[in-house]
Amino acid sequence: MTATAAERQATPSGGLVVEDLEVSLTSRPVDVVDDIDLVLHPGEVVGLVGESGSGKTTVGTSLLGYSRAGALISAGKVLLEGRDVLKLPWKEVRQLRGEEIAYVPQDPASALNPSIRIGKQIVELMELRGIGTSESRRQGARDGLAEVGLPNDDEFLKRYAHQLSGGQVQRVALAMAFLPKPKVLVLDEPTTGLDVTTQKMVLDTMAELCRAYGVSALYVTHDLAVVANIADRVAVMYAGQIVEVGPKETIFAHPSHPYTRALLDSIPHLSQARALRGIPGRTPAPGARPDGCRFNDRCSFAVDECRREAPALRTIAPDHEVRCIRVEEIGVWDINRGTVPDADPDRQRDVILSLEGLNVFYGRKHVVHDVNLDLAKGEVVALVGESGSGKTTISRSVGGLHKDWTGIVNFEGRELAKSARGRGAEDRRRMQYIFQNPYLSLNPRLTVEQIIRRPMELFGLAKGKPATDRVVELMEQVALGPGMLYYEANRLSGGERQRVAIARALAAEPDVMICDEITSALDVSVQGSIVALLEDLRKQRGISMLFVTHNLALVRSIAARVEILQAGRVVESGPVVSVMETPREEYTRKLLANSPSIG
Amino acid sequence: MTAITSTPAAAPPSFFRRALKQKRFAVGLTVTVLVVLFAIFAPLFAPYGENETAGPPYSSVGVLGTDYLGQDVLSRVMYGGVGILVISVLATALGMVLGILIGVVAAYSGGWWDEVIMRLNDVLLAFPQILLALVVLTAVENPAPWVIILLVGLSHAPRVARVARGVALGIVSRDFVVAAEALGEKRSRVILAEVLPNMTGPLLAEAGLRLTYSIGLVAALGFLGFAADPGAANWGQMMNENRLGLATQPWSVMAPVLMIAIFTIGTNLMADGLAQISQKRAD
Repeated sequence: MTATAAERQATPSGGLVVEDLEVSLTSRPVDVVDDIDLVLHPGEVVGLVGESGSGKTTVGTSLLGYSRAGALISAGKVLLEGRDVLKLPWKEVRQLRGEEIAYVPQDPASALNPSIRIGKQIVELMELRGIGTSESRRQGARDGLAEVGLPNDDEFLKRYAHQLSGGQVQRVALAMAFLPKPKVLVLDEPTTGLDVTTQKMVLDTMAELCRAYGVSALYVTHDLAVVANIADRVAVMYAGQIVEVGPKETIFAHPSHPYTRALLDSIPHLSQARALRGIPGRTPAPGARPDGCRFNDRCSFAVDECRREAPALRTIAPDHEVRCIRVEEIGVWDINRGTVPDADPDRQRDVILSLEGLNVFYGRKHVVHDVNLDLAKGEVVALVGESGSGKTTISRSVGGLHKDWTGIVNFEGRELAKSARGRGAEDRRRMQYIFQNPYLSLNPRLTVEQIIRRPMELFGLAKGKPATDRVVELMEQVALGPGMLYYEANRLSGGERQRVAIARALAAEPDVMICDEITSALDVSVQGSIVALLEDLRKQRGISMLFVTHNLALVRSIAARVEILQAGRVVESGPVVSVMETPREEYTRKLLANSPSIG
Repeated sequence: MTAITSTPAAAPPSFFRRALKQKRFAVGLTVTVLVVLFAIFAPLFAPYGENETAGPPYSSVGVLGTDYLGQDVLSRVMYGGVGILVISVLATALGMVLGILIGVVAAYSGGWWDEVIMRLNDVLLAFPQILLALVVLTAVENPAPWVIILLVGLSHAPRVARVARGVALGIVSRDFVVAAEALGEKRSRVILAEVLPNMTGPLLAEAGLRLTYSIGLVAALGFLGFAADPGAANWGQMMNENRLGLATQPWSVMAPVLMIAIFTIGTNLMADGLAQISQKRAD
């Protein structure tokens, strides 16, 4: 440890050094994050990766000497050119925030003041610091916007935040962060919620500016694929500690911590279908973290010693540190582990559901134009597109949740009514809809048992004790213990909720499931286990699925056929392999090129 | 399956038990229960009868003196609680049920129905609450208790409806309601089982507020001379009867005022506490 510390002191000026950082709760003596050592070299982008609850955002804001309400930075140093940010008087910290260490928040829409024009907001930054004249400030704002590739004419400067697209807002936020020429930049998931094309643009802009100005950046994210595309070095966090840190190439080629490996195993690749795997259990909350190695209860390599002793971060190769005592014993890892053959494009198809000439309207607005597609028994068809492409609208129309549409939806040769209420009970039972956000789709006042058994009672499949038995059986199938039977939905984590939602759909014994972005609100490891679950269901029960998603890599692993949507029209469709290997349309090629991926 | 029933999940502590742990609710509940117990059992211990003369008017005979007819104020306070409390609680219950029904149905139906129901509601809202009651009461001689309950309850309904609709609007668009629709649940069941249980927090707070208003309203009606039984003791009416003696014998007015104040503070604390807990639960 001492050797590395000395080495860090020798880091050339610029850049930032974090030593032994610890943030704890103010209410209880519990660490949110601890033992964080991190170096940001000048001009380097470091990706800080972790799942929800790992403490990555806490570390990010700590670099600015800030901790959210209810937490405080209890120990450690954040050294910027030899000055400890955490020890500076707050007036200097205020000066330093934004000027030397800038922060780009997650939600671009809430980062800009909706009632002040864009130009004024940028100019205000310089006014606050008393830089330049009003003319030079205006010019500064124009230059800043030009740097991030935005228009900088008067018309644009006069716009309000709501008149810009999500990507534009995020680039304005970037321009504002870069304007005072900071030395360090902290980006907190700045591209979450953006389409892949926009995300790519924002990321490229950011990386370019960092390299051009020698700015070190800490890129906080849950998305390993994004990190693979932009970071120089990667730090992986789990339960409040860095478990592995090293150059990007090393982390993705030779991940050495079991958690990093498990995380990589749960990520779909663009280039090849994979059997995705999740990580059992859930991320422990601060205060509930196990003794010894914090990953020991979910780790497939854990031995008794892991439960007794808390491992330290060890250097196993130059610049590569791992927090695991069994690094040498757990063997090597291969990125192609888990690869499976792509879905066979020539499989016999027995169509169960087909859409002919589907047009969907919202009032007078025509949002989906003339869509034709079909779904075979035991097949997964993916609807892919960027936001606003109409993919969810189509799925809602098919599911009978939106009734303002024309065209024909054929279910086993019978035409379906427009709304769910207009359809027979049997049709409603056989087609089940699963929603994107499990936090909204379960009634928080009902218990898991009540939620799952309701479809059985409604459709007369079972009642009384047999129904309860069936609920337990279904919960087992979606990997939920019977201990959760009487939990209210709001006591469950996101992944557990989504499993309950799937169990509810299965309770109706459906033939078709419509899955609307069901993994996009979840962590990758949870997404991995949900996808594995769906794959099992498809194989065992022959359930067909209409799978709506924006994630092309995920499509490769789960679907047999794919429909690419753009502005309410299907621009390309076919078997997954042919569409993704040999895309015919420019739009598809663009989507594929912009999708971040590690494989 | 026996394994499951014998090792049940750590059942979450009941709602009521968690509520008791909260100071606000516990204090409110204690105060409310004490006042209710007082209203019910105090007549048994009253030193004088309800209409019994204890001494000259506005004298200091007895603990709290006498009122305008020379009746004992303490005894009148002891007798005067049940009537006003029963009428207020029933009126509140009626107003809440009606208002919630209107509000939730409007929010759930949406569109054109929503507009019609809520605009009619707005017309009713334009009248001051007590005015509607007074218009009817002036036409009725010696109104029966149920008339007062009905009038006060009805005058609450449009106000409750606005709140209920606002709360329901945020819930009817949630996916779990859509999911119930997709399963083909009956509309009444969607409202009762899916929407209503998620509205308890704000509605409880509203109920507390409405109960306070009810007591005020019933007391005000009593003060204006519209009570079910003009001779009977009634906290609201007592204020009216004795207002002329406020300077010479303040207790004859202050005692019922204090009782009403304590009771409304109690119910409000209770409702507030309940609302806070159900808010926490929803997070």
